This record gives sequence, structure tokens and C-alpha cells, in this order.
Amino acid sequence: MTALQAQGVWKYYGDFAALQQVGFAFAAGSCVALLGRNGAGKTTLLRILAGLSQASEGGVEILGGNPRQAAVRSRIGIIGHGIGVYDELSAEENLLTFARLYGVSDAAQAVDHWLERTDLARVRRGMAREFSRGMRQRLAIARAFIHRPRFLILDEPFTSLDDRAIALLQGLLRDALADGATVVLSTHQLKEALELASHVLLLNRGKLAFTGERTAEMLANPGWVYQHYGEAA
Amino acid sequence: MRDKIIFGAGIFAALYFIRNLYVILLQLPDEAMQGAVYRIFFFHLPPYFAAVFCFLGAAIASGMYLKTKRWHYDVFAVSATEVGLALAAINLVTGMIWGRQQWGIWWTWDARLTSALITWLIYLGYLMLREGIKDPSERAKNSAVLSIFAFFAVYFTYKANEWYRTQHPGPVLTIRTGKNTIDPAMQAMLFHNLFAFLLLTVVLVAVRMRLEDSQRAVESLRRRAHAVA
Amino acid sequence: MTYLNQVFAMAGKDLRSELRTKEALNASLSFAVVILLLFSFVVDPDSEMLEQMSGGLLWMVFAFSGTLILNRGFARELPNDCLDALIASPIPGSALFLGKAMANFVLIAIIEAICFPVFGILYNLTWTTQLPVLMGVSALATWAMATLGTMFGALTVNMQLRELMLPMLIYPMLIPALMAAMQLTTLLIAGQPIDAEHIIWLRVLVAFDIIFTALAAVLVETVLVG
Repeated sequence: MTALQAQGVWKYYGDFAALQQVGFAFAAGSCVALLGRNGAGKTTLLRILAGLSQASEGGVEILGGNPRQAAVRSRIGIIGHGIGVYDELSAEENLLTFARLYGVSDAAQAVDHWLERTDLARVRRGMAREFSRGMRQRLAIARAFIHRPRFLILDEPFTSLDDRAIALLQGLLRDALADGATVVLSTHQLKEALELASHVLLLNRGKLAFTGERTAEMLANPGWVYQHYGEAA
Repeated sequence: MRDKIIFGAGIFAALYFIRNLYVILLQLPDEAMQGAVYRIFFFHLPPYFAAVFCFLGAAIASGMYLKTKRWHYDVFAVSATEVGLALAAINLVTGMIWGRQQWGIWWTWDARLTSALITWLIYLGYLMLREGIKDPSERAKNSAVLSIFAFFAVYFTYKANEWYRTQHPGPVLTIRTGKNTIDPAMQAMLFHNLFAFLLLTVVLVAVRMRLEDSQRAVESLRRRAHAVA
Repeated sequence: MTYLNQVFAMAGKDLRSELRTKEALNASLSFAVVILLLFSFVVDPDSEMLEQMSGGLLWMVFAFSGTLILNRGFARELPNDCLDALIASPIPGSALFLGKAMANFVLIAIIEAICFPVFGILYNLTWTTQLPVLMGVSALATWAMATLGTMFGALTVNMQLRELMLPMLIYPMLIPALMAAMQLTTLLIAGQPIDAEHIIWLRVLVAFDIIFTALAAVLVETVLVG
């Protein structure tokens, strides 16, 4: 089953084309590493997938529907550049708010579960503002997973995380993938990303430069795809 | 070709105004009650109607922009709004001059005057919003939404103000030469000048759209230059 | 059901974070009291005139101090990119708008609930004769402020000058609603019921609320999703 599909996607900012005729399809259970230099259009593409922005032309389908449909969004989890939690709310209140927004059936139980899972149960009543950097990041991860998403969109997830949060996130992503969920992540940390990835997608100046399975030679040499399909090639 | 048509229409509008001025100043007699100053009315009511057309056009174009995301609608919306503001300003100023002459005051907080001023401020807000947003797509989208809100708000303002006691001469035209009827020559002149103003409006909007297109072309070249460098 | 749940989750979240920090509430309230005080220098506080101006004065105070609250509405979503997390969640744009407008409504209503008695005490006015109707009128006018304020908060959230832009854009549009509220409030504070002559202002308020709430609910999604 195709979990992610894009067809002829263009995105203009004014008359600047940030994405040009981007198209691809991935089966459910894929883990797609989205690669490209700064300004290649990675974030633009991820925002369209997450329903934060709309393609100027063409369209994307996630789990069989447009991401602006509420039913589709309720199955997507995102981690963006910002952590997306409220400083003036406690860990518990943050998770409860998002559980309710996502229509999680047993919200209180889900909150308990994810506070345990991210090791924040001890400080559940603490304000997010008072948390250390690592704790805030773990709270963001709990926020993204609270509704058991079947599709995960992560924009540079490993860049700002500390080691503990990276280990947590990698574990969660592996579990989700084993469970048949689909993951798209953009990253500069090629090594971490390629270990997880089943597929690779390379953007170059808004155009699709390469898409295909992640091969053994990419693992051995993380720069391989840039060397063969990047700008220099 | 387009430029030639605009130029031709502009020349025609100018000649038309000269012709109208000649009739207004030299041929039409003074009005029975107001004397000579009633002539300003020919430059008071027509720009008002032209401005209403502009704002209506801008609201429709804004709706179309939100539906289609076609650039051209945004270009039209901003051009029409700017021209509309200029016409509304002519309407306000000529009205004030007339009021000073007839009522002895420049301004009165009468319903129609107040509504006209509020309208002006609302659409000024539209231009200020545009100034404040850098990303062209976001600017087009947000100002389109504002334009639709503005049109509803203006309509509502006029409705609400109608219930206030009003000092303004009613919508009935009061241009007479003596008897109780509207003088046909004066009424005809009103339509002549309305036509002239509408033509002028079309020319101005077309010129402004051309300007906006060039401005965007320049902006886009500049962005591209930055992208290369 | 889910829809209402989302609306209340949104409103509850906003109210809880504002009541916890009280940033906007405190600023807004002190601003309101200062304007109320300043007004004693504009008219003789003991005169008849004051009663005739009471509606105008009060709604000027609410419009000015309310802006401080409305400005916080969407600004609250900016740190940590919370707005993205919200828009990516399955809450429809209209539910997000309604939730935020409700929170703004409650916060402005708190300011009003404090300002009415303070006004009554400072200027020796009995303002409670028509209390239930006065509350109804205030609720309608406050909702008008909350809808336009929330919608234009969404329009201006990414602008540098948003705190200046918001009042500039909403005051002219709010005039019909404010005008109606001023007329009715003056009448009610004087202890008179809403008669046939004034019922039209009530209709203005109701129509204003309906039209702009509907317009905002339809358009807000377009504004939020780029």
C-alpha cells in the first residue's frame, strides 16, 4: 500500500519556485531520509506533507488522503524546528491539550503512558519553561507520539537533540517502523539517518535529484548520494 | 498593444474631461438654491461611485485570488484599492469644500461623512498591511482576506450609520434651475462626468497594474540575483 | 462532539496559560484603570454630563485595554513554533478560531467585570439597575471585539509591527459595534430599558456578531495554512 505520494508538486513563494515538479511514492512502512543542502526545499516539502502549507500546483497524498483533511492529520505526528510545547503549561497539561486536540480516546491514560515513556512522570506538574533542554526535547517527542501516529514527519530531528533524546527518538522510530508506520525525516546527520532509512530522497534547488532505496554503499559512505547525484555530480 | 490602448483611453478621458469642464463652467446656469458652488457636485458624486466600483472589484478579485492563487487577481486588487482610495479622497475633499461653502463648516460628524472617513481608514489599513508583509504569497493571501473583511465592514458601517440622523443632502439629487424638478442638462452632465471618471478609473487601474507588474519583475530579478550570488 | 472538544481544549489552553502568567491581564487592567482615572480630568466627575457619556467612556476603555489582550492571542503561539504544532494537529481552522475567540472573550469580560464597579465607585453612579440586560449587551459587543481581534491577530501574527497593526486594522471596522454598545450602555446605566427607538442598536450588535463570526470561521483556515 502506498502511504506517501507526491505528484508534480510545485511551491512558489511569490515567483520563486521553492519546489519544482517533485513527485515520488513510498509504500507504508518505509523510512525516507530526505536529503539536500540548505535551501534545497526540504522544509518546504515537509511543511506541505504536514498540512502546514499547500502546494501551488500538484498534490500530495498521505495514507490515502490530503493532509488538510482532519482525519488524515489525526494520524500524522510531527517534530519541527521548534519543540511545539507551551512554556507556561506543565508537562501534563501540554500533553493533555494535544491529546484532546488529536481526539485521543483515553487522553489521561495516554498522557500517563507517554510521561513514563519519556521519563518525565516525576516532573509532570513542572512547567515546561523550567525544564532543562533535554527534558523539553523529550516532552516534544511525547507530544508528537501521543496519538500513536501512523505517519511521522521529522524536520532535522537529531540536530538539536541531546544524546539521551536521540536514543529515545531512534528507539521510538524503530518501534513505529516495525509496527508498519511510515517515517519521513530530513537531516544533516547522514550517519544516524541512513541507519534508519529504507529509502533516500535527494532534493537539489527544489528539484528531485535522486530517489531510491538506501543501499549498502550509502551506509559505508554517507556522502555517496551527494557525490553521485548532488550538484557536483 | 496594451500600452497603446491604455494611452489612447487616457487621451480620450482627458479630452472628455475638458469637454465636460467647458460645459460645466461656461454653459450650465447656476443652481437655484446653491448658486455657483453646486458645480463641485460633478466632481463629488462620480468619484464616489467610481471608488465603490474599485473596492467592490478589489473584494471580488481578492476572493478569486484565494480561490485560484493566480497572481493577476492580487495585482488587480491592490491597484483597484489604491485608485479607489485616491477617488475616495477626491470625494471627501470636494465634499468638505462644498460643506464649507454651504454649511459654513469644513467637517461635520454626520453619518455619511463619518462612514466615508471610516471607509478611507479601513482601506488605508489594507495598504499598511501590505507594506508590513515581505513574503509575496503571504502578502497576497492575507491582504485578500482583509479586502473581503473590509468590504463587509464598509457595507455594515453604512447600514449602521443610516439610522443616525443625517445632515447630508439625501441620495435624491438636488440640482434644480428653479422649478421643483431636476434640470435635465445638469442631470445629463452628472452622467457625462460619471462616465469620464469611470474611464479615468479604468485607465489608472490599468497603469497601476502595469506598474505593479514591473515592480514584481524587478523584485524577482533581485531575488534571483541574490540566489546566484 | 470532537469539534466542541477541540474548541474547548483550545480555549482552555489559552485561558490556563494567561491566568497563570497574567501578563496581558495585568497590563490591560492597569491600562483600563488609568484611562478611567484620566477621564475625571476630561469632564467634571460630578456633573450630569458624565452619565450621558458613560457608555462612550466605558467602551473606549474596553476597546483600548482589550487590544492588549487581543495582541497576546496569537503571539502566545509564536515561541517554540507552537502555531505549527497546532495547525498540524487535526483541529479545523474554525475550531481553532472559535476556541481562541472564546478565550479572548473571557479575558476581556474579566476586565469589564472589574471596570464596571470601579467606574461606579469612582464616579458615584448606580449602574446596576439594568444589570442583566447590560451584561447581555456587553457580551454581544465583547464577542464582536473578540472575533475581529482573533481573526486579525491571525492575519498579523507574522508581522514585525503586529502590536501596532492590530488596533489600526480593527478599530475602524469595529465602529458600528462599538457605537451600538456605547448607545445602549449609556441608556442602561441611566436605568432605562431598551425601548423601540434603541432596539435597532441591539440588532446592529447581533448582526455584526453573526456576520463577522461566520466570515472569520470560513476564512481563517486560508489565513493559517500558507
